[in-house]
Amino acid sequence: MKKTIEQIKIEALKELETTSDRESIDAISVRYLGRKGMVTKFLRNISNLPIEERPGAGKRANEIKKDLDKLFKEALKKLEARSSITTDNQIDVSLPGRTVRQGSLHPITQITWQICEIFTRLGFDIVEGPEVETDYYNFEALNIPKNHPARDMQDTFYISKNIVLRTHTSPTQPRIMEKQKPPVRIIAPGKVYRCDSDLTHTPMFHQIEGLFVDKRVSFGDLKGMLTTFIHRIFDEQTSLRFRPSFFPFTEPSAEVDIRCVMCRGKGCRVCSQTGWLEIMGAGMVHPAVFENVGYDTNLYTGFAFGMGIERIAMLKYGIDDIRKYYENDLRFLRQF
Amino acid sequence: MKVSLSWLKDYVSIDLNTDDPIDGLIDSPIDGLADALTMAGLEVEAVSDRYSYLDSVVVSRIVEIAPHPNADKLKLCNVDTGERIIDVVCGAQNVKKGMLVPCALPGTSFPNGKILEKCLIRGKASEGMLCSTIELGLGITGDGIMELEQNLVVGDKLHHALNLSDAVFEIDLTPNRPDCLSIIGTAREIAVFQKTKLTYPEINLPKPSESAGNISELTSAAIMNPDLCPRYSASLVFDVAVAPSPFWLQDRLISTGLKPINNIVDITNFVMMETGQPLHAFDFDRLAEKRIVVRTAEKDETFTTLDGKERPLASGMLIICDGKKPVALAGIMGGLHSEIDKSTTRVLIESAYFDPVCIRKTSKKTGLSTDSSHRFERGTDPDGVITALNRATQLIVEICGGKMINGIIDEYSEPLPDKVIVFSVDASNRRLGTNLTQNDIKQYLKSVEFAVEKIDDDKLRVIPPSFRVDISRFEDLTEEIARLFGYNNIKTTFPVIPAKAIRLSKKIDSRKRIKRLMTSLGFTETINYSFINKLSCDRLELQPDDSKRRMLNILNPIAEDQSVMRTSLIPGLLETMNHNMSMQNKNLKLFEVGNVFFNTGQEDNRPDEVEMLSGIHTGARSNAHWLSRETACDFYDLKGVVEELLRKLGIVNATFTGMPPAACSYTKPGFTARIIVKNKSIGLLGEVHHLVLQNYDLKQKAYIFELNVNELIEFIPDTRIAQPIPKFPATSRDITIIVNKDIEALNIMKSVEVLDEELVEDLCLLDVYEGSPVPAGKKSISFRITYRSATQTLEDETINSIHKKIADRFLKEFDATLPV
Repeated sequence: MKKTIEQIKIEALKELETTSDRESIDAISVRYLGRKGMVTKFLRNISNLPIEERPGAGKRANEIKKDLDKLFKEALKKLEARSSITTDNQIDVSLPGRTVRQGSLHPITQITWQICEIFTRLGFDIVEGPEVETDYYNFEALNIPKNHPARDMQDTFYISKNIVLRTHTSPTQPRIMEKQKPPVRIIAPGKVYRCDSDLTHTPMFHQIEGLFVDKRVSFGDLKGMLTTFIHRIFDEQTSLRFRPSFFPFTEPSAEVDIRCVMCRGKGCRVCSQTGWLEIMGAGMVHPAVFENVGYDTNLYTGFAFGMGIERIAMLKYGIDDIRKYYENDLRFLRQF
Repeated sequence: MKVSLSWLKDYVSIDLNTDDPIDGLIDSPIDGLADALTMAGLEVEAVSDRYSYLDSVVVSRIVEIAPHPNADKLKLCNVDTGERIIDVVCGAQNVKKGMLVPCALPGTSFPNGKILEKCLIRGKASEGMLCSTIELGLGITGDGIMELEQNLVVGDKLHHALNLSDAVFEIDLTPNRPDCLSIIGTAREIAVFQKTKLTYPEINLPKPSESAGNISELTSAAIMNPDLCPRYSASLVFDVAVAPSPFWLQDRLISTGLKPINNIVDITNFVMMETGQPLHAFDFDRLAEKRIVVRTAEKDETFTTLDGKERPLASGMLIICDGKKPVALAGIMGGLHSEIDKSTTRVLIESAYFDPVCIRKTSKKTGLSTDSSHRFERGTDPDGVITALNRATQLIVEICGGKMINGIIDEYSEPLPDKVIVFSVDASNRRLGTNLTQNDIKQYLKSVEFAVEKIDDDKLRVIPPSFRVDISRFEDLTEEIARLFGYNNIKTTFPVIPAKAIRLSKKIDSRKRIKRLMTSLGFTETINYSFINKLSCDRLELQPDDSKRRMLNILNPIAEDQSVMRTSLIPGLLETMNHNMSMQNKNLKLFEVGNVFFNTGQEDNRPDEVEMLSGIHTGARSNAHWLSRETACDFYDLKGVVEELLRKLGIVNATFTGMPPAACSYTKPGFTARIIVKNKSIGLLGEVHHLVLQNYDLKQKAYIFELNVNELIEFIPDTRIAQPIPKFPATSRDITIIVNKDIEALNIMKSVEVLDEELVEDLCLLDVYEGSPVPAGKKSISFRITYRSATQTLEDETINSIHKKIADRFLKEFDATLPV
């Protein structure tokens, strides 16, 4: 039986799919469209068809002839395009790309954001307070009366008798509690100042304060909250220890140490061979602080904590000299 | 405070063999004890061995002795140090061949502070030094070189050979624990956590002299200010012999870092270190009228302290006087003229309790801080006064001879009341998250000498011992419970927190966006100190009336260049630029977000704190690259950054206009723009003035901008409305006009805006050109105007008519001409 024109087309397309070089495409082209090609033959033999089929078949065969011709030519073009790349118009891909440079955020900003992120996810609001504070908020409201030896714990910059550069972010505690009734869950990042300058101290540095006040808040809860935080900012393997300490605005007060993140507790230069790193101060809010802001000490308890951001950034990034943060050397800042 | 292990052992047996339960890392028992002290709240900062300086002193044998050729009194010794035989020049008479002696090698640092070096003595090299007991700090008597037992091994280090070892703990005490500012106080804590007993020193007062009479017949103490001096006690010892202390006493003082002076003074210091109660000894014969008056100083009174300085006294300062004049600054320092010296034979010993605040005020005012004031201002034990007095009296009679006068003076008219605290076991458990029984609590409190009595099943009546000045309310007791139970034994729990989606304040959120945008625009964040050099105003060439001169001075700055609070971020950025230039970082794109501070002019008022964003761009636009040469940045680079920042913040209507030269002194006139949003100036942008560059020792052009963040945030829209994308094609037409050079392009562009032609979609500045063929004093400006309709494709005729209208307006309004 003779093949119909449609069958011829399908075969031609199938054959075309298998071609990968010029010669075979040419061969197919000749086989179908050449003088003795199958399509040509079909056209030539149209007269053998019943008369009523002739015009339709002729039209269809011509269409197919055109289509195939176009497809063969396109296949050739594609092949040419693919093979035309020569060494003459190649580029050196090893050359550096056109510079597009982003700047960097200061490492202190990055760590501050990370810490804030962890606590906002835990339901803490971020608040801020003034950097130049009154003696009242910096000391008295925090149960550090004038002429108390606890004032020696922080070397204070004075602007006048009653105005100081805040020595910690803790003044945000009474400031927020004066405005807001419990429950209170806030963290307060910011700059703080102490007149102290050596290898491990700069006269300006950054702290984050935390405050959590509600009914039935316990020291155990403080431990839980800080453990979660340390696990997030460092990792789950970082263990904590709490040791008795003294801050006038907390009772009990604790110094929080973590297992040295550098040596994992084996003892190294960073932890002075102790295996522990002092990372923050914390404690249950002292009732005198609540009394100063008018909270009912029978109803509410709370915990507070504070940490130095430089210290955490030093541990996270392996920075050994705190002064690097404020030299602002581009080669340092670019690394973050 | 320094505490030596050997002294502690006088009051508590110390078991150094226990394994440390908290920390498996501790490798020596001494470190274990240090760690236990730290965990009890007495932070041990350092542990050292008192005798470590003997590390380079070795047991040596004298092999040969020859006379020194150049000095009669010196000898040349051949000494076997175990390792080798060295030459040592020695002046002592008692050296003989075969003798075992301590030989210090170069590098030894002696207790008196001297460091031994190799040297030539009268022309002969001496490679070491044979030492006496005094030189080694091992005694205070004995002539000549210390002779060692023959059974010692040559070459052994001296402290090993003599078994000398004594750990010294350096404890950094928090101000709430003055009860631990003594050896007994520290021993008491050790006894608690080691669960052993504390042994207080036994005090056996000698028999008083019968012939000398009663103390009340010989002297008296009158307290004029019982509120500042609630208790004053004294005893008398006659016929003492003032001399250097015996070695054991000197040794004890040295172990805590105190310097021995004479036996009387040393005993008062010893008792202070032992009990925490500071004492003072007066030469009784130098007290006028042989009596003591405690009163506050009067105006214009002066007093010479025993350091020889004459000090003005202020009213309110508490002083100890004799019948006529001040003899001591109470609780701080004695006077030069009543000091104990060699001629002293009759001694009055003072033991008192002073008001902590009063002592601290005087100490601060006079700048005198002593071991005594340190203890008084933190709070001493009012009930420990007599014990300490008796202890000192006993030691003086024992060590300095003499006889005690019968009785003591004890002025204590109104004894300080006991502090009675009602303690709720339940409330304590809730505060701590513990589950302790009333009995547990009782045991804990009793172990630290608190008196405890049951009120009911929940409540206890607690009286802390008089030396625990830090305990005054319920919460203080919970800390004591937590400490004794162990902070690390308290169960870690988690508070219940209601779900709450936190929304950052607009300020915090916007600041975050600004910082992110600045970095994406290629700028790196810096943080500079908030305090700057006083000279910064002059360096910025500020006018005398510039508001930036309203700076806040720091009363006690750490350095001259950090003595005022900044009123601008620019000085910090210029200094940072300077630092980077010196480090060869020549191409900078830096920014800072931070507060500046303006003095309100009112004393004791907080300043106005204003948050600013500033940036600096200097050097190349982009680093040299194989595709492009390094080209210097200019005004428009930084302007582009600010424009994009504002655009991304959603502030679309910001304009930049030229600033009159007088308006900003630190930027170059004619190269400075004001940044205006909705008719409000929120900042500036410009090239740094060359004088300012000079003042900061900078040689490279720099561009800066400043924006008031508070004001900027006001203009950041809270919402954004999407605009439809046009459906019909746009057509653009260019126009070039020639205008006077000083006409701002912005004004020309604004004039198109004013026309408010609906079909004008965009007006874009294509080119600005000065020079031939444009006439001098003129410039040519080319714009491309894009026309589009929202409802149809525009006909050429429509466009032509509007375009002509605009061109005509240019010609008329700006006196422009069209190019030929």
